[in-house]
Amino acid sequence: MRRLINQRPGRGGALMLSMMPFILLACAYLYYSHARLADNPGDKLLPAPATIAATMHRYAFEEDERSGDRLLWTDTEASLERLLSALAISAVVGLSLGLAIGVLPYLRAAIAPFVAALSLIPPLAVLPILFIAVGLGEAAKITLIVIGVAPIIVRDIAMRTGELPTEQIIKAQTLGASTWQLVIRVVLPQMWPRLIDALRLSLGSAWLFLIAAEAIASTEGLGYRIFLVRRYLAMDVILPYVAWITLLAFGMDWLLRLVRAKAFAWASTGA
Amino acid sequence: MTQVTVKHLWKEFAGQVVLENVNLHVGDHEFVTIVGASGCGKTTFLKMLLGIERQSRGSFLIDGAPLPTEPGPDRGIVFQRYSLFPHLTVMNNLLLGLELHGSPLLGRLLGAKRRRAVEKARELLEAVGLQAAADKYPAQLSGGMQQRLSIAQSVICEPKILLLDEPFGALDPGITADMHALILKLWNMNKMTIFMVTHDLSESFALGTRVLVFDKVRVDPQSPEVFGATITFNIPLKGHRSVA
Repeated sequence: MRRLINQRPGRGGALMLSMMPFILLACAYLYYSHARLADNPGDKLLPAPATIAATMHRYAFEEDERSGDRLLWTDTEASLERLLSALAISAVVGLSLGLAIGVLPYLRAAIAPFVAALSLIPPLAVLPILFIAVGLGEAAKITLIVIGVAPIIVRDIAMRTGELPTEQIIKAQTLGASTWQLVIRVVLPQMWPRLIDALRLSLGSAWLFLIAAEAIASTEGLGYRIFLVRRYLAMDVILPYVAWITLLAFGMDWLLRLVRAKAFAWASTGA
Repeated sequence: MTQVTVKHLWKEFAGQVVLENVNLHVGDHEFVTIVGASGCGKTTFLKMLLGIERQSRGSFLIDGAPLPTEPGPDRGIVFQRYSLFPHLTVMNNLLLGLELHGSPLLGRLLGAKRRRAVEKARELLEAVGLQAAADKYPAQLSGGMQQRLSIAQSVICEPKILLLDEPFGALDPGITADMHALILKLWNMNKMTIFMVTHDLSESFALGTRVLVFDKVRVDPQSPEVFGATITFNIPLKGHRSVA
């Protein structure tokens, strides 16, 4: 008998094993949903799959009586617009500030501790300040996500920049590189894949802040909808919305991973 | 013509004397090899030449002028490891020096300038035997190939002085003979002065026109930090320049 640490599943086995928890969860849901509905046909907590499908069909393909929108898509569009603009801003800020801090000792001395302190502020605690300062509009929600995500990307990129071997930096100087040339030809190209990693890791908190902001002040958005229908115990909306959000987050993560592997093949060949 | 002159040089780190009273004169197109026990200051000496360490006392002159306090294109370096750029192909690693010189703003050459640079890089690639690997990334090369590329990368900008910090220390003994032939070939092609730190005594005598031995002359067993190392032997090996 080989040691457990040396026993590995094959390709098919790994796929089957990876599907197992999902299937188990689905089975458990079906069982309890069925049991509860048999007990009380009016139960709203664990709606039957058919109910969920009907509700989602209504949300996705029928116009809402009041607004005339197809709610799932307007919600998705509003949320993604907020999330993506916030992530774009965070990436630009994180990369430029992180690079500058990582490369320039004077700037590092001046603002690295400040950024470190900033990144420790719980973003949700400053949400009221944001609402007061920039109003209840899109700007407040996007700012909240940026405040939550950007400082972490800044610190990550600054640290990765600092981790580049000194030998490389010295070598570039002996090849005549100025500070600017060093940044654009040596440091920046090596930071792109790191930025993608940082974005992937911050996706979770970005969604968290998005939904928090939408729950408090919004008129559309995935988070808004969930918190709106919560009042009616509408699990037939909440559950598929949560699954949809998860799917979107997974898709973004997968896309970023794909870009990293395709565009920065050198980074995955292993040094 | 490159002359390196060192007079009464001392180097201390926080009360610990590393080098004491080092005196040296190295003429043009010499191949200086530096040997000595570990911790005797030979790497510190190389770092001072590179410009990332400064002497505590004394003078360190290149062609009569004090050594710059930062690395520059007149002094190339080959480290034992990590001096290649992992995101650039072999060809682009080699081109980098030329591109940095030719384009201050973008650090990239375009059009005819680039073609000329590529031509020059291709010649050098051939000289170091890497023409077949031009489109590979450094991580795909063997240790010996990486060091050949690193040497070529430093030589392409034609530095006055080339510094080698145990460049073959991490390589298989079998390929060091090839590397020796290569470095001598490039040394003769470019007429530069080479300083090479090594821990291999036979290598230092095989390559050098001058062997420097760093060692401590005085040792105080109670407080080993008060005395530093100096050049205890400075051995010129004449008639050696015809090699390779």
